[in-house]
Amino acid sequence: MSFDLVANVVVAGVLTGLLYGLMALGLSVIFGVVRVVNFAHGEMMTVAMYAATVLFAELGLDPFVCVLPVAAAFFVFGYVLQRGLINPFITRPEHSQFMLLVAVAIVLVNALLMVFGPSARNVQVDYQLESFEIGKILVDKARLYAAGAAIASAVGLFMFFKKTKTGKAIRACADNHLGALVVGLDVKHLYALTFGLGAVCVAVAGCAMVLLVDVTPPLGPAYTLLAFVIVIVGGLGSMPGALLGGVLIGVSEALGGLLVAPSAKGMFSFGLLILVLLFRPQGLLGKKT
Amino acid sequence: MSKASAALALLAALLIALPAFAGNYALSVATLILYFAYTGQAWNVMMGFAGQLSLGHALYVGVGAYAAGGLFFHYGIGPWAGLGLAIALCMALGLFIGFLAFRFRISGVYFALLTIAFAEFTRIGFDHLDWLGGPGGMFLKVAQRDSWDLANFRGPPLMYYYAILFLCGAALALCNLLLKSKAGYYWQAIRENEEAAQALGINTFRWKMLAVAISSAMTAVSGVFFAFYYNNLFPEQIFHISRSIEIILGPVIGGVGTLFGPILGAAVLTLLSDGITDGLAALGWEIPGIKQVFYGVVLLAVVMYLPNGIWPPLARLFRLK
Repeated sequence: MSFDLVANVVVAGVLTGLLYGLMALGLSVIFGVVRVVNFAHGEMMTVAMYAATVLFAELGLDPFVCVLPVAAAFFVFGYVLQRGLINPFITRPEHSQFMLLVAVAIVLVNALLMVFGPSARNVQVDYQLESFEIGKILVDKARLYAAGAAIASAVGLFMFFKKTKTGKAIRACADNHLGALVVGLDVKHLYALTFGLGAVCVAVAGCAMVLLVDVTPPLGPAYTLLAFVIVIVGGLGSMPGALLGGVLIGVSEALGGLLVAPSAKGMFSFGLLILVLLFRPQGLLGKKT
Repeated sequence: MSKASAALALLAALLIALPAFAGNYALSVATLILYFAYTGQAWNVMMGFAGQLSLGHALYVGVGAYAAGGLFFHYGIGPWAGLGLAIALCMALGLFIGFLAFRFRISGVYFALLTIAFAEFTRIGFDHLDWLGGPGGMFLKVAQRDSWDLANFRGPPLMYYYAILFLCGAALALCNLLLKSKAGYYWQAIRENEEAAQALGINTFRWKMLAVAISSAMTAVSGVFFAFYYNNLFPEQIFHISRSIEIILGPVIGGVGTLFGPILGAAVLTLLSDGITDGLAALGWEIPGIKQVFYGVVLLAVVMYLPNGIWPPLARLFRLK
C-alpha cells in the first residue's frame, strides 16, 4: 500500500471529519448548556439532508445555497422543540429525557420514510466530480468546500459565544443555572435559543453532507450514534473538542475502511470511544467536573 | 391475602388458562409480551432498583443467544448447557463493563453511552465473525414441532409460551425478593443518592456490581429463549440499538423501579403496536413508516403526561399498594 494512497485517505478523512465535527458541535452545545442529550440528533441531520435534496430537485438550488433557508427553518424548529417539548423535562431523570427524544427520533425517521420512501436520494452538481491536485494528493472540491463551511460555521458560533451579550448570557446559564435565574436572565428563552443554534449546526452539516453521501432514513440513528462517539471523544460540552473528535473519527473511519474492511470502520470509532471513556472520561479536551 | 396478591393470582390463572381459548396468533402475541416483560424486568433490576441506566442490554440478549445457539449449531449441544455458558459469559461481560465504569466513576449519561458503545462494538464484531454466521445469520435446525422435547427445548409454540410464562413468574418472584432484601434497600439508597449512601458506609461499587451481575445473567436467559424460539440470529437485528430501546420501553412506559411496570408496559406497547397495525390496515393506510409515526406520537404523549409510567397511577386507583 503506497504512502500516497494513505495520505489521500487521511486528507479525505480529515475533511469529512470536520463535517462530522460540526454536526457533533450542535449536540455538544445543546448538552453543555441545556444538559439534555439530544437522542434525535442524527435524525434531525437526515431531515436537513432531505430538505437539501428536495430544494435541489425542485428549485435547482445548490446545497450551499440551501443552507440559508434550511438553517433558518431548523433554528425555529429547535427553538420550538426546546420551549414546547423538552423544557419541562430538564429537571426529570435521564431515562425520561432519553425516552422523550427517542420518541421524537422515531417520529422523525419514520415521517421521512413515509414521505420519501426507503430508496436513497442525492444531489448532483458539477464540482462533485472535480478535484484540486496538490502534489500527489487529490482533494475533492465538494469535500473541501464542505469542510470550509464547517469551519466557518464553527468559528461563527464560537465568536457568538465569546463576543455577543446573548452568547455570554447563554454561557452564564451553562455555568450556573440558579445564578442565571437570580440575576434575571430569561433562562427558558436562552435554552431555546441554544437548542436552535445546535439545530443550525446540524442544518449546515446536513446540507453539506448530501454532497458526499446519499441519504436514506436509516442514516439517522447511525448519525446519532456517530455524534455521541465524537462528543464523548472530544469532550461533552467542549466546542474545539467536538471538531477534534470529528476529525479523529473521520480519519479512523477512513483508515479503518482502507486497512481492514469498510464494514468494520464503525468498530474503530466505538473502540476509540471505549478507550476514551475509560482513561479520560471527560473527553480529550473536556474539563474535569 | 392482600388485594394485590389476589389480583396477581387471578392474572396468573388467566395466563395459565389462556392457551385453552386463544388461537395461534394470540398465543404468539402473548409470548412476545411475556418475552418483553421478562427482559424488561431484568433491565429494571439495574436501572429501576440500582439507578444505573443501561442503553445496551441488547448486548446480553445477543451474547446469550449466540452462546447457546452456537453450541447447538456447531456441536449439537442442547440449550441447558448453553444456558450455563450464556449466563456465565453475560455475567462476565456485565461485570467487566461494570468494573471499568464504576472503577473510573463513570455514571449517568456517560455510563449509558458506554453501554451503547459496547453493544455497537459487539454488533460490528459479530458481523465479521464468520464462524457464527456473520451478517448472513445463523440458523438453528428445527427438527420437530409436534411433541415437547425439553432436553433440546424443541416443541410446539405452546411449550415456548409456558416456558416464558414460567420465566416471567420466576423473575417477578426474584425481583420481589430482591427489592425487600438488604441488597434491594442498598440499591434504592444508591439510586436516590449515591454520595449519601456511600457516606452511610455502603460499599456502592460492590452493590452496583451485584445489580449488573443479576441483570446481565437474567438477560442472558432471554437471549437463549430468543435463539430457540426464533431459530435465526442476525447481528444487525439482535445487537442493534433499536433492540436495546425496545427492551427498556416496556419498563419505562409501565413504571421504572416497580414490579409490575415492566409487565404492564410490555403488554400495553405490544398491543398498541398490534392495534395500530390492524387499525391502519382497516383504514387502508399502508404506507411504510406510518405505523411507527403513530407509535412514536403515543410514546411521546405517555412520557409527557405520565412521567412515572402507567402503573403507579393505576396502582393508586385500585389501591393495590
